[in-house]
Amino acid sequence: MTDARSRLVAPILVIAVLLAFPLVVTGFYLEFTTKVMILAIFALSLELLVGATGLVSLGHAAFYGIAAYATVLLSPKYGAASIFWLLPATVACSALYALVVGALSLRTKGVYFIMVTLAFAQMAYYVFHDTKLGGGTDGIYLNVKPVVALFGNSLVDLGKPLAFYYVVAASLVLVFAFLAVLLESRFGRALAGIKSNEQRMRAVGFSTFWYKLAAFTLAGALAGVAGFLVAVKDGFVNPELLSWHESGAVLLMLILGGMGRLSGAVLGAFMFALLQLFFQWDAVFGEFAKHWQLLLGGTIIACVAFMPSGLIGLPAQWQAWRARRGKRTEDA
Amino acid sequence: MHDKARDPLLRARSVTRRFGGLTAVSDVSLDLVEGEIHAVIGTNGAGKSTLINVLAGEIPITGGAVELNGTDVTAWPQPKRARAGLGRSYQRTTIFPRFTVFENCRLAAQAARQQPWNWVAPASSCPVSTAAAADALEQAGLGALATRIAGVLSHGEKRQLEIAMCLATRPRVLLLDEPLAGMGPEETERMLGLLAGLKTGHAVLLVEHDMDAVFRVSDRITVMVNGMVIASGLPQVVRADPEVQLAYLGEGHDG
Repeated sequence: MTDARSRLVAPILVIAVLLAFPLVVTGFYLEFTTKVMILAIFALSLELLVGATGLVSLGHAAFYGIAAYATVLLSPKYGAASIFWLLPATVACSALYALVVGALSLRTKGVYFIMVTLAFAQMAYYVFHDTKLGGGTDGIYLNVKPVVALFGNSLVDLGKPLAFYYVVAASLVLVFAFLAVLLESRFGRALAGIKSNEQRMRAVGFSTFWYKLAAFTLAGALAGVAGFLVAVKDGFVNPELLSWHESGAVLLMLILGGMGRLSGAVLGAFMFALLQLFFQWDAVFGEFAKHWQLLLGGTIIACVAFMPSGLIGLPAQWQAWRARRGKRTEDA
Repeated sequence: MHDKARDPLLRARSVTRRFGGLTAVSDVSLDLVEGEIHAVIGTNGAGKSTLINVLAGEIPITGGAVELNGTDVTAWPQPKRARAGLGRSYQRTTIFPRFTVFENCRLAAQAARQQPWNWVAPASSCPVSTAAAADALEQAGLGALATRIAGVLSHGEKRQLEIAMCLATRPRVLLLDEPLAGMGPEETERMLGLLAGLKTGHAVLLVEHDMDAVFRVSDRITVMVNGMVIASGLPQVVRADPEVQLAYLGEGHDG
């Protein structure tokens, strides 16, 4: 009982902070945090693949970007769409593409899987980049943001930064809770088994291909939730949303935060965005702020070298270091 | 005279597996009967592990047929055969090293009742798999180690765990690939006791290099050389077979 209660402390604290945050912060930082929470949902969707199932995909931005484009393309040009059909429809677009990509790419393993997922993402990227479908390289605008209305009464105005902040925060909490429950279920344990030893899973009777395909499709659908939110937030989409930079960035978020734990993905998204923001700060770096990518890259290399299990693994790493040190002084 | 209990649980008929120009398993037929340990022996490269892989459905068959409990399963993929009661262990220990010993068995047992759509109920509350895991651990003599992390077990305990994981799926047929490999004398004794007990309720195929152990626990022995069966029958008959002595036992006893 106390154990179950202590496990709830951290989530309740985080939710309280998310709720109270807009009371102290407005304007740029509120929007920044909203953006980072969307990235955290995106990172969580990839965590289901990489951390939970052991499938490293380098094409995850395709599902994020497809949902973002679908949000714009499915919305009426001069009217507002209802979120109640638009969100499921955009998520379905991502899930469908994920189902196709997964069905083909999951026949390969390891580095081949990485390359095939990258190839499919690049294919989707060039469809939007080189055709008139989504305005080509310029991208397109979402003229009217979707409405959240029941029986004609508007419940939330997504155009207001504060209201949108809370919608995104609620989405993040829901996605996190959904994955936390899912990973403890029989389906989630089967994914953990596949990550640990797929040969053994097949030998005891799991048709692992279908499990992996389900995880891949679900991860695509959840990336679609993030894509929908980012399109609504910015009111604008362009092909860069699907680029391999974006796929790489979300993978880096997982590496920074620490894989194998859901909170690692969220922490990683915040860490990545804060580092990016920091190195772009010209008050500190002056002219050199233009080269922020260099500093960010160097920092990430340092992080990987010094915290192999990410931010989330730091307490354990610290304890191990303390234990080693204690032993050494004892020996002396 | 038809004795139902003697109907083979697993029947291999003219099983052949070729890798390019190499015939690793050539026209091998054997029956596995409940209550019997059927050992397959042979020098390195004789095709014993390939035979297990083909029977388990892990690699495709080139020719011949496999019957499980009277059903032709030749075209079935490995997971389907496993769900139909065909368990196997590997020459190299194949477990989930970061899970507890109990969770290793529970997850294996979950294969019988997968319910992947039920994403709400925690796996640890699944009564079917927890009960099967507890039984299997008890049977394999690992009950006391249930909460240990599998990766820190001794080599012998890991081999025992692998058999426990097989048992957790409640199989009818067990294909065991060198369960004694790399074990010390004490661990070997414990494993032999376990193997002898497995006969009850199972048909066991045992691939093993330790000749003393094979002759102690086996009810039937098949000898393979270069992918072909050169002798098959009761242990004392196989031991006396001049061809076997020439091809296999002779060499073994020199060293």
